[in-house]
Amino acid sequence: MPALLELICPAGSLPALKAAVDNGANGVYLGLKDNTNARNFAGLNFDAKSLAVGIRYAHDKGVKVLMALNTYPQPATLPRWHQAVDIAATTGLDAIILADPGLMAYARKTHPNLRLHLSVQGSATSYEAVNFYRERFGIQRAVLPRVLSLPQVENVVNNTDVEIELFGFGGLCVMVEGRCLLSSYACGDSPNTFGACSPGHAVRWQQTPKGMETRLNGVLIDRYADNEKAGYPTLCKGRFDVQGETYYALEEPTSLNSMEMLPEMARLGIAAIKIEGRQRSPAYVAQVTQVWRAAIDAVKKAPQTFKPNPAWMAQLNKVSEGSMSTLGAYYRPWK
Amino acid sequence: MKLPNFPKPIARFVSTLPSWPASRAFVAAGNLVAWPSLRDLDWSHVAGRRFRVQVSDLGLKLYFSVHANGFRALHNGLADVTFTATAQDFARLALRLEDPDTLFFNRRLLIEGDTDLGLTVKNMLDAVELETAAAGMPGGMGRVVMKLRHLALK
Repeated sequence: MPALLELICPAGSLPALKAAVDNGANGVYLGLKDNTNARNFAGLNFDAKSLAVGIRYAHDKGVKVLMALNTYPQPATLPRWHQAVDIAATTGLDAIILADPGLMAYARKTHPNLRLHLSVQGSATSYEAVNFYRERFGIQRAVLPRVLSLPQVENVVNNTDVEIELFGFGGLCVMVEGRCLLSSYACGDSPNTFGACSPGHAVRWQQTPKGMETRLNGVLIDRYADNEKAGYPTLCKGRFDVQGETYYALEEPTSLNSMEMLPEMARLGIAAIKIEGRQRSPAYVAQVTQVWRAAIDAVKKAPQTFKPNPAWMAQLNKVSEGSMSTLGAYYRPWK
Repeated sequence: MKLPNFPKPIARFVSTLPSWPASRAFVAAGNLVAWPSLRDLDWSHVAGRRFRVQVSDLGLKLYFSVHANGFRALHNGLADVTFTATAQDFARLALRLEDPDTLFFNRRLLIEGDTDLGLTVKNMLDAVELETAAAGMPGGMGRVVMKLRHLALK
């Protein structure tokens, strides 16, 4: 039977992985402790030891483990990316999530039995692109960028054999995933090679008499009054002076929450729902996994009558950026 | 169950304490209770850096650093990174009931100074298993910690 609405949850540490497994994830995704993945933050992620323990813990409970190798290798350090693919193939991981075609070619050639997923960072938004990766590299699943409306997703699903995974909840990018240059522009480190958007070394927060200021590489990107909710210190969620008016010129600090679209996603045969947040703590993973497990079970049982439980939505809004969430591009009348 | 706020009379008393003895008491407690489960972490990037923990509702400022053999109290002064939150929120973080990003979005946690250092420590602590940490605590304290967490989750 093809996969349907598998719940794929983030794990930045072993306790987070266990929280995902214990609260009903069907799969967890994780990365190694370096820039081979897009959550390259100090102290986060897995080494050989915690990876082995994590895989055993998840597999004992029938939960899949996926590894994100979703940054773009540079010539000088390419062997490290190859080594990461080899680690994935030899430690019994269930799939790797890739963005770089060169790495896909390596994985395909060296480990033909290793299951490949196309990362959201690959930025494939059409069935032609998805099918290209299928034909050339045998990818079995694609994570679609959060830029498509559901009718556009449906168009992809109807024209490919590749399983489709959609983001369900979590941090929302500014809609050019894998192609965004904002952090690179401000910090000098590209998320696609450095492995982090707004890396910690470039971020400064300071409480001032005017409010809490957020600076990115010295540039003031936001100032919050005491009663205002905050967001991540990214350029896309900063407030800027535009022709004398200061406002969120790109997007507000908010998280994606597509829960009310679950019945539609089930109808389309979406293989998996991804929860964002490998940078977050085990408490977040436990709370969000629990809510989404309950929601997916409910929608599978009775799709016609499914309504998100207000308590679930309140719980998700609580952990959201800016304490609010949006359907993002999934629901929009324009194309 | 919600964790209770600090009783006002105790908070008033604590706010009168000077930093140095409070930092020493905090460090002594930390070395006794938490260090057994933290000593095996790789502290090399953190050793010698100066931390300040400000418990906002108690008016308490704790200064310390971390070394290969445990926490060490520091006299007041400049800190490399400062964490500010209420006693209850620090307790909720320690018990893994709350995610720091969530508290940050809600303006209940402030990290000032070297953000990378703050994130490093946060991620290192996240990677410690609470059950293992509790098992390493002396005199049945671990059981109390797990019981508190269990009650608060209800």
